[in-house]
Amino acid sequence: MQTITIDPVTRIEGHLKIEAKVDGGTVKEAYSCGTLFRGIEIILRGRDPRDAQRITQRICGVCPTSHSIASALNLDSAFGIADKIPHNGRVMRNLLQGANYLQSHILHFYHLCALDFVDVTAAADYKGSEPALQSLKAFIGRGSLGPFLPRYEGDYRLSKELNRAAAAHYVEALEIRRLCHELGAVFGARMPLNQSVIPGGASETPTVDKIAQFLWMLDRIRHFVDNAYIPDVLAVAKVYGDYAGIGAGIKRFLSYGVFDLEGGVEDHLLRKRAISSGRVKAGGEVLPVDSGKIREEVARSWFDDSCASRPPYGKTEPVPGKPGAYSWIKAPRYDGEPYEVGPLARMYVNYVKGNPGVKALVDGALKELKAGPEVLFSVLGRHAARALETKYVGDCMAEWVATLKPGEPICAEARIPDAAFGMGLTEASRGSLGHWIRIEGKKIANYQCVVPTTWNASPRDEKGQPGPIEQTLVGTKIKDTSNPVEIVRIVRSFDPCLACAIHLVSPKGRSLGKFSVPV
Amino acid sequence: MATHEVPVLWIQGAGCSGCSVSILNTKHPGISNVVLDEVVPGQHVSIRFHPTVSAGQGDSLMHVLEAAPKEMPKGYVLVVEGAIPTADGGTFCHVGEHDGKGIPFARHVETLARSALAVIGLGDCGAFGGLPSCAPNPSGAMGCLDFFRAKGISTPLINIPGCPPHPDWFVKTVAGILLLGLPKPGDLDDWLRPKAFYGKLIHENCPRRPSFDAGVFAKNPGDPGCLFERGCKGPYTYADCPDRQWNGGTNWCIRAGAPCIGCAEPRFFDRLAPIYEKVTEKRLEGFKV
Repeated sequence: MQTITIDPVTRIEGHLKIEAKVDGGTVKEAYSCGTLFRGIEIILRGRDPRDAQRITQRICGVCPTSHSIASALNLDSAFGIADKIPHNGRVMRNLLQGANYLQSHILHFYHLCALDFVDVTAAADYKGSEPALQSLKAFIGRGSLGPFLPRYEGDYRLSKELNRAAAAHYVEALEIRRLCHELGAVFGARMPLNQSVIPGGASETPTVDKIAQFLWMLDRIRHFVDNAYIPDVLAVAKVYGDYAGIGAGIKRFLSYGVFDLEGGVEDHLLRKRAISSGRVKAGGEVLPVDSGKIREEVARSWFDDSCASRPPYGKTEPVPGKPGAYSWIKAPRYDGEPYEVGPLARMYVNYVKGNPGVKALVDGALKELKAGPEVLFSVLGRHAARALETKYVGDCMAEWVATLKPGEPICAEARIPDAAFGMGLTEASRGSLGHWIRIEGKKIANYQCVVPTTWNASPRDEKGQPGPIEQTLVGTKIKDTSNPVEIVRIVRSFDPCLACAIHLVSPKGRSLGKFSVPV
Repeated sequence: MATHEVPVLWIQGAGCSGCSVSILNTKHPGISNVVLDEVVPGQHVSIRFHPTVSAGQGDSLMHVLEAAPKEMPKGYVLVVEGAIPTADGGTFCHVGEHDGKGIPFARHVETLARSALAVIGLGDCGAFGGLPSCAPNPSGAMGCLDFFRAKGISTPLINIPGCPPHPDWFVKTVAGILLLGLPKPGDLDDWLRPKAFYGKLIHENCPRRPSFDAGVFAKNPGDPGCLFERGCKGPYTYADCPDRQWNGGTNWCIRAGAPCIGCAEPRFFDRLAPIYEKVTEKRLEGFKV
């Protein structure tokens, strides 16, 4: 048995090491390890609860918007105003989070993943007049190819024309992604770390001026999604058809739902949301989500066994070197089972549930690929789900922004209670995101986040079930173990975000020291 | 004329990648101009290592870092994004491994900084320690400023704080180095921030300053008036946000009714927290600035 170690896995957020044990060209076991500790929950203790709203955004600079929304929902509920958020506040939150979905998905495909499929050196002998390709050609001509080299070699299959088109889109997407953040700043003050989402609603004031500006910035982004992003994903899908059969994963999906379409309902999971909550196994019916069934297990994590608990009551006592443990990531489970979260989970839950917008988009893509829904469970399926979700969300945003009401309230009054519990459930671009708070004496007594990558990159649990990414890697055939492009393509299809997942320490078993760590 | 290549190594420690994402938002020049084109005539910034954008991974990419001091004898610019955890031998952040053992980020910074032409401490974390260094600082995190003092590193250091830093502050500092060379004495403040961007208090140029002077204060989100009573840190924060604004001039915090949180200052969040409470002189006591 041979062990492949990839450290660092790049083009993801954060510090990730992957180990795969390979026998006869097939992955037999896989381990994912995060290698950074900051201890944000420890830092949050004892602070003003409202500061959590700004501090938790700093957990992750790629999807801080979603942390700001989860934190706002969490504080709305702790402050007892979850059913009082005014229309404008709710819609501005949706527009901000939508803008970050657009930038995150476009960034993920073009700038984090495309280099696995697209050979940008195809621009080397370009003779035309497109500025992006001329820039790339001059860049290549100077001979210093960082950041495009070194890379794993040998599996670039697109034709020269498609490579060039995708390479030009790589450059254009840099501009479109930037525009997505400018879009978010219209109602968010600034991006990537917004300032205007607060408990009770938002601090920006909608005006006709801003609404018109927003609509036309959004229009340009939607044009790119329709005419570049989705066609490029489908072009890759047609040429890399084998990746529709690689990386199927556990085929069990969870979504908390995202983008509130109504006020006045306290329970986040019962709200009408543009992307619905639910959980589903491939081929099954969509079932409701009960937040009480979410539990973090620690059987194979370096924590005392007594730490296994539901998030609001979590405690964390590190036990480095605990026999049988191999990760600092806990293992969140729903009713004892691992679930994949992320765009594929959201799109599949909504597809099966019959969300008309989602169903039309997914059926259209499957028709073009001449394939059935089973191809969704794959590396390509995750990329396609992300692209289709980008279109769905962008189209929804154009409708939402037109409903803003200049001159009407933006924010409900927010008062810090002496003591309270709170919970905020939403979907980050990468998957299901939950924040929990306990307030005592008007201060944070405990704050916990269960983030998408903790679900997807979790280790084995009490029943010995590996986490979703681990299970997805097992069984994968590796053509060349010195060039294990299959592994990184699978891992990246989950869009892991390690800053979010690792609230703790290196996986290498060194002493955590002297404090107890609430994760 | 041959293009002069300026190699850049961009490493990430205890951070969130938010600085990198913010730098991607640079408008004039755009990020493709920065990465692909001659960002100023005759000069190309060659990014040899960046964890979020590099095509390569694992050992082949780590080799770029290990070989840098030897293979780039004319030097390189080192960008440090994220804080440097130093507790327990730097074990709280590893990047890459050697003989099966993780390499502490602190060791990368020390080795690479000594051979660099200049180092940029990016963001509040890279410059001053930022959020990871907030009380109780569980990982012993610090920024380049303290780390260089502790290790006796004398390489020129320029700090570009902000959480996140405005892309202009970084990109135009780099352009300045390419056009005019390293900052001269007097170009940087006591915290090694370029005065061109961090030379004035937010409060000096704030469009809501007339309200402050007239004693008109906002009570609720969306109210007109000065945000001081809502916790605004503008009177304590050096940055040119009111002139420059954010995201290509789209908006900025105070314009959107959100108090300045003081994110370009050392000891952010601790010194000026809580965010939504008025700063009192008493709270500033005990912080050496």
